[in-house]
Amino acid sequence: MSSGHMDRRDVARKLLAARGEALIVTGLGSTCYDSGAIADHPLTFAFWGGMGAAAMAGLGLALAQKKRPVLVWTGDGEMLMGLGALATLGTQAPPNLSVVVIDNELYSETGMQKTHTGRGLDLAAMAKAAGFERSATIRTEAELDEWIPKLYKPEGAAFVAIKVNDARYPLTLKIRDGSLLKNRFREALLGSKALE
Amino acid sequence: MAAEQKLVTWPDEIYDVFKRLDIRQVAYVPDAGHTRLIKSCEADKEMQVISCTSEQEGVAMLAGTWLGGERGALLMQSSGVGNTINLLSISLECRMPLVMVVTMRGEWGEFNPWQLPMGQKTGAVLEEMEVIVYRVEKAEEIGPTTYAAALMAFNTGRPVAVLIAQCVIGFKDWSK
Repeated sequence: MSSGHMDRRDVARKLLAARGEALIVTGLGSTCYDSGAIADHPLTFAFWGGMGAAAMAGLGLALAQKKRPVLVWTGDGEMLMGLGALATLGTQAPPNLSVVVIDNELYSETGMQKTHTGRGLDLAAMAKAAGFERSATIRTEAELDEWIPKLYKPEGAAFVAIKVNDARYPLTLKIRDGSLLKNRFREALLGSKALE
Repeated sequence: MAAEQKLVTWPDEIYDVFKRLDIRQVAYVPDAGHTRLIKSCEADKEMQVISCTSEQEGVAMLAGTWLGGERGALLMQSSGVGNTINLLSISLECRMPLVMVVTMRGEWGEFNPWQLPMGQKTGAVLEEMEVIVYRVEKAEEIGPTTYAAALMAFNTGRPVAVLIAQCVIGFKDWSK
């Protein structure tokens, strides 16, 4: 059981509708499928593996593209595998980087086992302690609506854990080939320079 | 010993290679062998140098670096190679360049037995993962090898590792 009440796909729809110029990196698993199901986009790079990699990939991207908002969009299990990355991101804290953890407190790909957030671990507090200037746990639609525009404004590194329920959805990936995803992203961002 | 250390130029040669190849992001987990190179990179205003808590963070970061249109490199010690293995899948599956410069431990006059299991297998493990490995045992070959390896990584989208042998770096003599 999750302590959250919002549906992950409703959250994803709101998050993506407001993306504007943002570059998005998803973690493996459910956020990757949410991305594919709701609004696949050339400037979304969806990891379908490499658990624990999403946040650091977001950092490299944010450092390379300082004028663009960069959003890391991942799950609690994926984030927990990269807790060291949370420390590194917090100490770097690029102002154009936001991390969104869709937190259902479960490893939903592998049999719905509880993650540590289901045992009381507070990711937003850890992010704050690591150096994120803005950090919150979001439980209601009102809080979500208030935070979404802030996530895309480069006003200091932001971290939010969005509590959602345990609803599962079918695996949805528009593109499964990592090389294609990479080339699509780079071409959309860099133009012909990407293929030189 | 002091006079001998003054002749060491390979860390500066790696730095020069990074500049020639327009490397802008350097991720590292510190190793004594990389001290000078890290300092040079940190002093360079065109480079963003990121200290990682684990080597796998560097592998993931450099994927974002490449997606964002910049070039990067990862500095680490041989023991850290073990921490990177699963995330090498990013470079392999996405055909993204990955440049790793690894200072070796556990192979030449090593005093710490805990360094041996990873140090003795670093090259083999990387090759088993289909990383292209260049092992360098002569100081004068480090610069040219790093250049060739990194150039190939960026041009072909492959992971490469330059292993700098412990006999080049030196070791602590605990027999005294």
